[in-house]
Amino acid sequence: MAATDDRLSTQGSLGARAVSGRSNRRWLSQAVIWVVLVVGAVLMMLPLLWMVSSSFKLQQRVFQMPPQLIPNPFRPQNYVEALTYKPFHIYFRNTAFLVLMHEIAVLWAASFCAYGFARMRFAGRDLWFGVVLATMMVPYVVMLVPNFVIFSRLHWIDTFLPLIVPPFFGGGAFYIFLLRQFFRTIPEELADAARIDGCNEFMIYARIMMPLAKPALTTVAIFTFIGAWNDFMGPLLYLNSPERFTVSIGLSAFRSVLNTRWDLLMAASTATTLPIIIVFFMAQRYFVQGVVMTGLKG
Amino acid sequence: MTAIVGWLRKPAARRNVVGYIFIAPFILGFLFWFLIPALTSLWLVFQKWNMIGPPEFIGLDNFKKLLTDKLFWQALKVTTVYSAIAVPLGMVLAFLLALLMNSKVRGITVFRTIFYLPSIVPAVSNAVLWAWILNSDFGLLNALLHVFGIRRILWLQDPDWALPALVLMSLWGLGGGMVIYLAGLQGIPNEFYEAAEIDGAGAWAKLWHVTLPLMSPVIFFNLIMSIIGTFQIFTAGYLITNGGPQNATLFYVLYLWRNAFLYLNMGYAAALAWVLFAIIIGLTALVFRGIGSRVYYEEAG
Repeated sequence: MAATDDRLSTQGSLGARAVSGRSNRRWLSQAVIWVVLVVGAVLMMLPLLWMVSSSFKLQQRVFQMPPQLIPNPFRPQNYVEALTYKPFHIYFRNTAFLVLMHEIAVLWAASFCAYGFARMRFAGRDLWFGVVLATMMVPYVVMLVPNFVIFSRLHWIDTFLPLIVPPFFGGGAFYIFLLRQFFRTIPEELADAARIDGCNEFMIYARIMMPLAKPALTTVAIFTFIGAWNDFMGPLLYLNSPERFTVSIGLSAFRSVLNTRWDLLMAASTATTLPIIIVFFMAQRYFVQGVVMTGLKG
Repeated sequence: MTAIVGWLRKPAARRNVVGYIFIAPFILGFLFWFLIPALTSLWLVFQKWNMIGPPEFIGLDNFKKLLTDKLFWQALKVTTVYSAIAVPLGMVLAFLLALLMNSKVRGITVFRTIFYLPSIVPAVSNAVLWAWILNSDFGLLNALLHVFGIRRILWLQDPDWALPALVLMSLWGLGGGMVIYLAGLQGIPNEFYEAAEIDGAGAWAKLWHVTLPLMSPVIFFNLIMSIIGTFQIFTAGYLITNGGPQNATLFYVLYLWRNAFLYLNMGYAAALAWVLFAIIIGLTALVFRGIGSRVYYEEAG
């Protein structure tokens, strides 16, 4: 905000006529930008609005041309019908469980490793951090087949284990990287003071760094939530029994049996998307912060 | 025992031990979910194995089979074409959008939210929704085109249109790239623009000589990540088109998936994965050599 004021004041030192010419052009360019944004926003929102709108429509009204935006009759019972046609309460419970385990795993493991990389000096640290960065670049597809072979050898197929055990080991290279960048911005003097008071490194990590890292941890928690909630390939590969399905798998199974009931499909899709939207609005500012924090600026 | 205790008393040794305790979860994870699978996969490529019977050593036959496998070449073609269209289109649009989002107009935060939101919609909901939008009889897209007098397009049944349809679908999620650019744009100090203005630079000159050079690391990063991402596209092809029509959307990972978990050709699937890995490494190296030198990095300060 202050930056714009600065720019305006430099312009203010020019002649009065130049200013009025500029402000006219400025006004025009703002108007053009605004029109482009509105058209774009309508196009971006249309699919979502259509999904929500159709989820409340009567089956026959879904195909009506031209489409009506406000459903009439308004049918919230579509949700009841869709979510009880298949046991979605089980799918939601399973997904919530997986998300919770991911949160615990990632928030602990990634921060623990990140503290080591950010604050400890030991032989081979930079080499291992290079390994962290390198694993980020390796496509997940390469690990798909061998991981399946290994998990089936462990008799972990059709259990939650292949989905919840791996994150406890490091929590993902991206999150280690993100938290390391954050830990490095916390002044070393705080830790030094704690050391004088007799704290060891583990106490410093748990009692000083973790509370201070709340913004970064929140960002990680949100990304983890979205990743675990939206995951499709993992559950598709490892979960076979319907009582262990997640919402993603449940929705795709639902679609394969009811592929013409678009009213119910849209209700189930909306219900699956809603938790993500809620989390997004609750924690909006942490999204952009997270992008900034990864240090992409160089 | 006493030797170890004595060694542990040394501060340097203790620092090493404590340091490795902190990064132990990652090291173990790297071992279990990275190194061992990679070695398993290296072993698999030389085997013919359906996970039920005993594996059979067949040397390089899996790779020889690749050369004559029409579907492999089809999958490679489809994925390359998809990437070649979706990556530049997505990057340019996301960048332009970020430039707009960086302007100070009324309600800009609302616009940012609206453009970003579609990129976090769960993949399956997204697929269900787009299967319907692209439906040729009563989909939203054809209804919209009808308003402009464009006649019905068989988005998902016509082999020529199926891939462009999925590119269009991918563009709906460009908000993810947009916020990365936006974060970069907001990190450019305003003094740079002021200095350019004093030198008489107009909007174009500022974009060309200030914004683009300073944004080049972000653009470069996004380019590499987009290439890696598009070469691994799976969900849309699996859920919406199931590779069809006439294998027009048989993406590489979808074909790999079928070989591994449908036909149980584990060795062949592992070979496919390594070939994809090699392709991605090759493309990344190409990008680094091609434009890596033009990326402008500020002096670390």
